[in-house]
Amino acid sequence: MKCNFSVYRYNPKGDKEPRYRDYEIVAEPTDKILDCLNKIRWEQDATLAFRSSCAHGICGSDALMINGRIELACQKLVRDFKTGNNFVIEPLPLFDVVKDLIVDLEPFFEKYRQVQPYLIAAEGKPDKEFIQSAENQELIEPALRCILCASCTAACPMNRARPEYKGPAALLRAFRYIFDSRDSITDERLEKLDSEDGIWGCKSMWWCTEVCPKEIPITKCLGQIKRAIKQKEKGQQ
Amino acid sequence: MKHQYDVIIVGSGLAGLRAAVEIGKEAHVAVLTKVFATRSHSGAAQGGIGAALGNEEEDHWEWHMFDTVKGSDYLGDQDAIEILAKDAPRAIYELENLGVPFNRTPEGKIAQRAFGGHTRNHGEAPVKRACYAATRTGRVILDTLWEQSLQRKIEFFDEFQMLSLIVHNDQCCGVVAYELATGKLHTFHCKAVMLATGGAGKIFKTTSNAFASTGDGMAIAYRGGAPLEDMEFVQFHPTGIYKLGILISEAARGEGGILLNNDGERFMERYAPVIKDLAPRDMISRCMLDEIRAGRGINGQDYFHLDLTHLGHDVIENKLAEITSFARTYAGVDPVKEPIPVQPTCHYMMGGIATDADGRVIVDDNNTPFTGLYAAGECACVSVHGANRLGCNALLDTLVFGRRAGIQIKSFVKSVDHPKLPAKPDQKDTDMIKAYMQSSGQETTGAIRAELQESMMENVSVFRQKKGLMAALDKIKQLKKRYNKTSIQDKGNCFNRDLLDAVELGHLLDLAEVITRGALHRKESRGAHFREDFPERDDKKFLSHTLVRYNESNDPLMLTKPVNITRYEPKERKY
Repeated sequence: MKCNFSVYRYNPKGDKEPRYRDYEIVAEPTDKILDCLNKIRWEQDATLAFRSSCAHGICGSDALMINGRIELACQKLVRDFKTGNNFVIEPLPLFDVVKDLIVDLEPFFEKYRQVQPYLIAAEGKPDKEFIQSAENQELIEPALRCILCASCTAACPMNRARPEYKGPAALLRAFRYIFDSRDSITDERLEKLDSEDGIWGCKSMWWCTEVCPKEIPITKCLGQIKRAIKQKEKGQQ
Repeated sequence: MKHQYDVIIVGSGLAGLRAAVEIGKEAHVAVLTKVFATRSHSGAAQGGIGAALGNEEEDHWEWHMFDTVKGSDYLGDQDAIEILAKDAPRAIYELENLGVPFNRTPEGKIAQRAFGGHTRNHGEAPVKRACYAATRTGRVILDTLWEQSLQRKIEFFDEFQMLSLIVHNDQCCGVVAYELATGKLHTFHCKAVMLATGGAGKIFKTTSNAFASTGDGMAIAYRGGAPLEDMEFVQFHPTGIYKLGILISEAARGEGGILLNNDGERFMERYAPVIKDLAPRDMISRCMLDEIRAGRGINGQDYFHLDLTHLGHDVIENKLAEITSFARTYAGVDPVKEPIPVQPTCHYMMGGIATDADGRVIVDDNNTPFTGLYAAGECACVSVHGANRLGCNALLDTLVFGRRAGIQIKSFVKSVDHPKLPAKPDQKDTDMIKAYMQSSGQETTGAIRAELQESMMENVSVFRQKKGLMAALDKIKQLKKRYNKTSIQDKGNCFNRDLLDAVELGHLLDLAEVITRGALHRKESRGAHFREDFPERDDKKFLSHTLVRYNESNDPLMLTKPVNITRYEPKERKY
């Protein structure tokens, strides 16, 4: 069947302003939106730029705005949309456009790096694992689903209002290590997040949770960090 | 632009990152990757990583070794397989200590589950050997190693496409790479290059592999003078989602899932009475095609049902979470209530750049090293997988041999100075890009790639015979001619995918030729390589590795290399 795609095109190095270009393609209801973009690139316009790799929602390359909503292009099929086979494709909001649908995610990763995203544990033994309860592993499990696609951070209204705010993805990573029983600097991690640029930048607007393509309850996880900080304060009083 | 490092690692999957973490601050190291590091295809590995920890039931590294040798159809080098199996528990504990969030047993140890071809006491019954994190094992290890790299302040050149190796006086002294964001060429001058660029599933139409899996490292090393080993062995995983090829992990069968044909029969009971649906991948894929030929595919078509409905909601939603969501999203079926339609999908290259067990690329059957060049992971062939890889051994391979390459590289770069660079090391690549951009040819990469993938799927996949292989070889030759007339429509220099597609297509064509030539040469059936015209294994003639070397003016050179057999003499392979 015929599908109409209106695709955001912009090369900041040459174009005065962004424009939308229309393409008509033939697609199956079960085609992914990514398949459609590939069709456009391979059959009609080789200059269209977008990222993709695994094409099944694991690598996190292809978060885009599809019909005004943040989605992974490889995880949404043509049949998932009730827009009469009309699609508007735009880059993720919040970030600077490098070309067409490709945005500069360096600010996103910079915030991620700031939360010490690695386990800091006591000295391990070379021939043994740390004992960790299955319950503890399950507690951090939602955060393990994160694929760093940046959808949540792009969607977060607080992030737009306050560029210094670490944003949901970085805080979710912090959650993963704060609540990992093997980590030894929990208090230090909590102290570092106890600010408006840290966890209190989150006003529980739920937009991150709403758009997460891996269905991670991000807002709830961030809420657990808030509670842990409150409990720590209580304990100190 | 020119850069100088001690070590350049190309590829940011598990093998590359494990080596980077090993080298750490002991040498000046940078990682080049054509996708952002965490987008690497190791992240798509689902089911687990094998190690005889014995956390769930009795297990021994010797059993793991035996299973791997048998799984390889006796083509794997047993000295290397011994290293793999013996080192596996250490590799797992190390990962766990670095933070990898494995699932746990009730006592808080690393949980383990059954996987294809892994057995108790030399084939008695399936054994729980796969350590896992739901069905996202590769992803959590990739994240952990990437984060460890951040902690060690390893430098990354993300979205840089390697174009060639700089080889001077038979020594590798650097890499030329193309920066996607600017279109600029960069010369990386170094003492050691490590290739960790993964597989090449995109040679075939139906594959579980990423768009990025175009065999760049294999093809560039091949053109640079390194032989490719055992490339005819291509793994087709039995359970890709019908028509899409997206992987449904073997873990689904490890947890108790079964394959059914159109009669509702659990057909693997007939072919592998002892371990049934947990037979190795080459065998199940072949049985499926036999069933299809007998008219027992679902509705007479070329797919089967993977039934998980009896496993219950909890197992499906938790231990198999990721694949459950794939089935829902892409196949439109809910595995809790209905079976998943599956068919074989190209999954893994057993062959690759010939290396020794310390990651050194070798140039001949005497294991003569290619000075300054290393490789590990799927792009390399040690060989631990031989003619067929067992599930859970790929991640293990990347970690064990990625680390060993790292150790070897550390000591090598301490012992030598920077080699001399040739004059204008990037001239060839500059000319190549110019030629692409100025070409007025009528061919497009999309059309050539599609024809290549079709032909390889039809002639060089699970069942092979001389006629089809010859047809594929002819096709590849034709396509190579047409490839020279490819023109690039995108004349820009910012994320020019059109140009990169052309570069990658060149790699696919070279590798398709090597695979096909290897398959023609090997007039026997072994592991994943099945010749309908030679259906038996022939140890007298073919218990040896194939080495294929690039030859600028003529057909590639075919050599052989003996298999290293230490503990287990070849026997008939039954399950």
